[in-house]
Amino acid sequence: MTETRLDDGDPEFPVVGAGLDTATISPATPGAVTVADLPDGIDLVHETGLELKSRSQWAYARRRFFRHRLAMVSLVVLAVILLAGVFAPLITPYSFAAQDFAHSGQAPTFKAHHYFGTDVLGRDYFSRVVYGIRTSAKVALIVMLVSTIVGTIIGAVAGYYTGWIDNVLMRFTDLILTLPGLAVLLTAAAFLGTGNPIRVAFILAFLFWTGLARIVRGSFLSLREKEYVEAAKAAGSGDLRIMFRHMLPNAVGPIVVNATLIVGIAILTEAALSFLGFGIQPPNPSLGKLIADGEDVSSTMWWLVTFPGLTIVLIVLCINFIGDGLRDALDPTQRRTRA
Amino acid sequence: MPEPVLSIRDLVVEFATEDGIVHAVDGVTYDVFPGETLGIVGESGSGKSVSQLAILGLIPQPPGRILRGEADFEGKDLLKMSKKELRRLRGGQVAMVFQDPMTSLNPVLKIGHQIAEAIQAHQEGVSDKAARARTITLLQLVGVPNPDRRYDQYPHEFSGGMRQRAMIAMAIANDPKLLIADEPTTALDVTIQAQILEALKKAQEESHAATILITHDLGLIAELADRVVVMYAGKVVELTDVQTLFAAPRHPYTVGLMDSLPRLTVDEEWLRPIPGQPPSLISRPPGCPFHPRCFLSQGRTRCRTEEPPLRKIGPDGHLSACHFAEELEGQSSKLVDEPVAGATS
Amino acid sequence: MVTYIVRRLLYSIPVLFAASALIFFSVHVAGDPLATLKQNPLASRQTIHNIEKRNHLNDPITTQYAYWLKEAVTNKFGSPLLQPGTKIWDDLKRVIPHTLQLVVLAEVLALLVGVAIGVYSAVRQYSIFDYAATTFSFLGFAMPVFWLALMLQILFTNIFLKWHVRIFYTSGLSSQNPGGGIHFWIDRLQHLAIPAMTLMLLSIAQYSRFMRASMLEVINSDYVRTARAKGLPERKVTLKHALRNALIPVVTVSALNFGALIGGAVITESIFQLDGMGPYFLGALLNQDAYVVMAWLMVTATAVVAFNLIADVLYGYIDPRIRYD
Repeated sequence: MTETRLDDGDPEFPVVGAGLDTATISPATPGAVTVADLPDGIDLVHETGLELKSRSQWAYARRRFFRHRLAMVSLVVLAVILLAGVFAPLITPYSFAAQDFAHSGQAPTFKAHHYFGTDVLGRDYFSRVVYGIRTSAKVALIVMLVSTIVGTIIGAVAGYYTGWIDNVLMRFTDLILTLPGLAVLLTAAAFLGTGNPIRVAFILAFLFWTGLARIVRGSFLSLREKEYVEAAKAAGSGDLRIMFRHMLPNAVGPIVVNATLIVGIAILTEAALSFLGFGIQPPNPSLGKLIADGEDVSSTMWWLVTFPGLTIVLIVLCINFIGDGLRDALDPTQRRTRA
Repeated sequence: MPEPVLSIRDLVVEFATEDGIVHAVDGVTYDVFPGETLGIVGESGSGKSVSQLAILGLIPQPPGRILRGEADFEGKDLLKMSKKELRRLRGGQVAMVFQDPMTSLNPVLKIGHQIAEAIQAHQEGVSDKAARARTITLLQLVGVPNPDRRYDQYPHEFSGGMRQRAMIAMAIANDPKLLIADEPTTALDVTIQAQILEALKKAQEESHAATILITHDLGLIAELADRVVVMYAGKVVELTDVQTLFAAPRHPYTVGLMDSLPRLTVDEEWLRPIPGQPPSLISRPPGCPFHPRCFLSQGRTRCRTEEPPLRKIGPDGHLSACHFAEELEGQSSKLVDEPVAGATS
Repeated sequence: MVTYIVRRLLYSIPVLFAASALIFFSVHVAGDPLATLKQNPLASRQTIHNIEKRNHLNDPITTQYAYWLKEAVTNKFGSPLLQPGTKIWDDLKRVIPHTLQLVVLAEVLALLVGVAIGVYSAVRQYSIFDYAATTFSFLGFAMPVFWLALMLQILFTNIFLKWHVRIFYTSGLSSQNPGGGIHFWIDRLQHLAIPAMTLMLLSIAQYSRFMRASMLEVINSDYVRTARAKGLPERKVTLKHALRNALIPVVTVSALNFGALIGGAVITESIFQLDGMGPYFLGALLNQDAYVVMAWLMVTATAVVAFNLIADVLYGYIDPRIRYD
């Protein structure tokens, strides 16, 4: 019914489709951005003899991301939490295992800096939670990196080559998904051994790559039909070059969004595993294990369970908001209703 | 002159969007008389559909807004009616046929049921059997073969042309006084269009409804319309009967439209489109909305600063919104060489 | 339609075969199933030798797989590796219905509540309700199931301790003497209530978001506009025209969600001490009894495959555009 402007109201951006007297068109000046400089996927109006100034795709996405208020707030909160984890030894009043018998079994208080209370052995829970954050962050990051890389490669190969490679890879992925995720992880943990955060991270990554592979495959399946892929092939570019230089940059949006969300899911899953005793074990700190420790006395010493859990909720909530903001920024085609 | 069935006066509709306020309909005025077919011609974005949807209350009110205007249907102002009253009119006395029949019909309900539903919603005490019988009659009228079998089929089992005919049947199910057809053939193949034309004509005969035919297809206008409204950028720029429109248009936009039609009988080397692009409905420059593309204007100051009112040009209610419409007098359009076929009068 | 079902059933067989192979080889690749037993100083060499002989553990791995498969199909998985006196199927027979009760209860309620919230959010977009529902969903996605379970347990236990009102039970499947007939089931429901609430939360969050999105898409569609243009009352437009279309993807998603629910059930059952699949599985894992673990995984895989099939058939049934001939 009406054409919308591409520039979000920015006066320096030319209005596509406007009458001649409302467009900002400048004659080609040296140094002006020309068609060849821009990444793929932008519609340009090309008037004869004139070049239009325009913004790149990334500047757009960046602006849209910063507009998402919840994502911005979450980014700040998350940064604070992560920094607390990184600088744990510097900011925690006690170490992870230190015992303060004078104040054992205490509810949260400002006395002796026991903000989150202590357990029967006098261990300060604020410190323990902060150390737990450290471990969770480490594990989640490893999971994210490994599963993203593996998933992207497998998905790209399946989506690009299609045919039997695609079939085999996807059948394999489906097979893994036939079993409930947690059950698979528990089995792997039980038989491969756990305790070590790195090991747990890899066990998790072993399952999580499947989701990303599906998405990347989908992207690549549609991208391979684009003209610039055919052009690159005609120019003699090798398959790998086409996949990673031409197609991947255009598939990056959903990958980034999902990689972000994987971090949150990894934290939740690791916590569940550790809670059940199949994940990270002492002496390594873990938020899930902290909650498990508090389970038996939960009806009286409720703080032992509450604070580690709230921390998890807060972290994952922030990650989800950030992921939502990224989705807004990188996938503007969905006429998004505000989350 | 009999009383008009529908009387629109100075209708203004706007939409609030992220990029600004879109002035979709900007002061539109026209009448529709009983039994006639009023054609509304214009490009996409000219406001031709929005004005109809707005008066029927089919525009979501945020982000849309009816700023002002009157729309008198049989004496009552549609814009001032309660939602309930408006609802009772819709589908009953006033019915609409939409552009794309594939997406306009509910894919999970049987077609016959969707038509029967319209009947039972407006006529009290009609039994399911009676509604079904009437539906089958209607389907037969619009030319759907095997209507009793087709009744139980789903939209995806119908061809495009048949779906549109079913939509037409649905529209006339309750003998409306006013039928609004919004681009009824745009989404269909040209070969199917003739069938739809037939169906529309039959529908008009059967219901004696006044019809508003919204389209950008001048051929359809020539076939069906009695009078024509030409819209541009949310405003009415010309209003006259169909023969005069083709024979002696008096607005440079209309002239441009006629000129841009390709003709098979004459050797022309180039098609002559109207230069430039349709204007943004968000930021409208002052003066006449058409002036940046107008051959008549030639940059005259009056066109650039003063918005031309819709005024009478000559006798017989020929209206045009151009400062210099008189300069077009004496010029007849190139289409005059060919007699305008089939214009109902 | 029938041919489609039959075809899919036949197709499921190789899938289950492949799953069984995957399960068997993964578990055995991970290590010697008797590893812990061998480390146990109380286990005699003779016992170990007997177990090895009986279960063909010294044969090549493919032979072992064949034996296991045969035992699984003909003898319902036979006996556990470490407790040859009992039968796996007896235990499974006992725990499966308990888990089913929990999971079905949670899923049905989650669907009803989630769909209702989603529809209302869509119809009243941007209202307070909508924002509240969205916030609730985001919280649901961020909350660990086990933590929620514990918090609810704490809450209801404290209500009981402080005010001596027992609304729901916080552990176990049934009371000591629940009585017969309807009393038994009411008692069971009281025990399953909190675990079901825990399981439901994530599902409600998912379904309400999904339903909202689906509903929004449908509400802005052309055929809903036609329904309005016909003069139908708004409620009919929403419930008959919009909802029926919007429901289609949600229903199929819920059937596919079954696998994830089992995972949640594992956690919930162990916290609330319900005698279901969860604790049974965890026990087997702790004992590293490969046979029980594999049996459990096979049963679950079969259930997931079955539910996938149900999802497909359901989809074909509700959406007339899909015809599988």
